[in-house]
Amino acid sequence: MESHVVVIYPHPDDEAFGAAGTITHFREQGVPVTYLCGTLGEMGRNMGNPTFANRETLPSIRKQELIQACEVLDVDLRMLGYRDKTLEFESREKIAEHLLTYLQDLQPSLVITHYPAYAVHPDHNAFGAAAIDAINRMEHEKRPKVWAQAFSRTHLEDLGEPDVSIDVTPYFETKFKTISAHRSQAAGVLGSIDPDTGDLADIIKEKLTTEQFYTWNFIE
Amino acid sequence: MKTIVTEIVQEKLEQFLNQDVYIHIETTNGAYASHHNAKAYNAGVFMRNATIRYEQAKITGDESSYRIGLKTTNGWVYAEGIRQYEIDNQDRLLLAGHDQEGRLMVALQISATPFSN
Ligand SMILES: [Zn+2]
Repeated sequence: MESHVVVIYPHPDDEAFGAAGTITHFREQGVPVTYLCGTLGEMGRNMGNPTFANRETLPSIRKQELIQACEVLDVDLRMLGYRDKTLEFESREKIAEHLLTYLQDLQPSLVITHYPAYAVHPDHNAFGAAAIDAINRMEHEKRPKVWAQAFSRTHLEDLGEPDVSIDVTPYFETKFKTISAHRSQAAGVLGSIDPDTGDLADIIKEKLTTEQFYTWNFIE
Repeated sequence: MKTIVTEIVQEKLEQFLNQDVYIHIETTNGAYASHHNAKAYNAGVFMRNATIRYEQAKITGDESSYRIGLKTTNGWVYAEGIRQYEIDNQDRLLLAGHDQEGRLMVALQISATPFSN
């Protein structure tokens, strides 16, 4: 059993689409989960449908959505204050050091993050790479396991099948509620997964049935 | 945001004439364009808190797509595809265009004070 799980993703809603079922799986076992969320998704394109946000109101709206999603998931939330779309241009080293301060404090047994270069959005790739850099700096005995999430077009071809596959169908209710908490984003993101279905619950039930990860191999 | 009323936008544009203003300008087709369609590729640009001073400003076009042009002392600022506006509680002029699913495609925002960063 894990002692503490830390999720490191850059955007409010990454935890909902990517790991809500897995997080629920751990919370049901009583494992504490902390979410280190990099940005507030300030530059998101989705403004709700019909639109209710604008570029200037979006950060505070998404912040509230994130807080609500983390209440649904019952996880400890830390907002790290970077700006959406800019993570790859920040100093990788500084971000890694920043993340390391949290990891040293929280001492997780498992970290969930994006698989660098295979997670589509440049923020995902940059934040995942910084997370892995941070863990690389830890003493061997203190290093948590890392589950890295990949979903680029070529990830199966290049990386093979993920070795961790969590069936999240038992946690459908929580995953649905978590995604729905991100009200400004849910319809737009799910609509691009399946433009033909209007029903969010159906898309989540049919298309988001597993959450998969690759256990990261640290080269000694 | 509200549907463009050209008179209101024109009047607001002119309120910012001949003074230093902060601009947020942006266009994007999204970070997932090429992920969802292999033939597409991601394109976008944004600039936040550029400081300019313009001496002439106009909104043209019609409800299908308005254009905004600001003539500065040594150049231009241009945006196309604007359909909505808002004058927010900080007296900033926010202009934007969205696709059918409510996703932002273009934005041009003008403020007398810097935008939060
Ligand atoms: Zn994301």
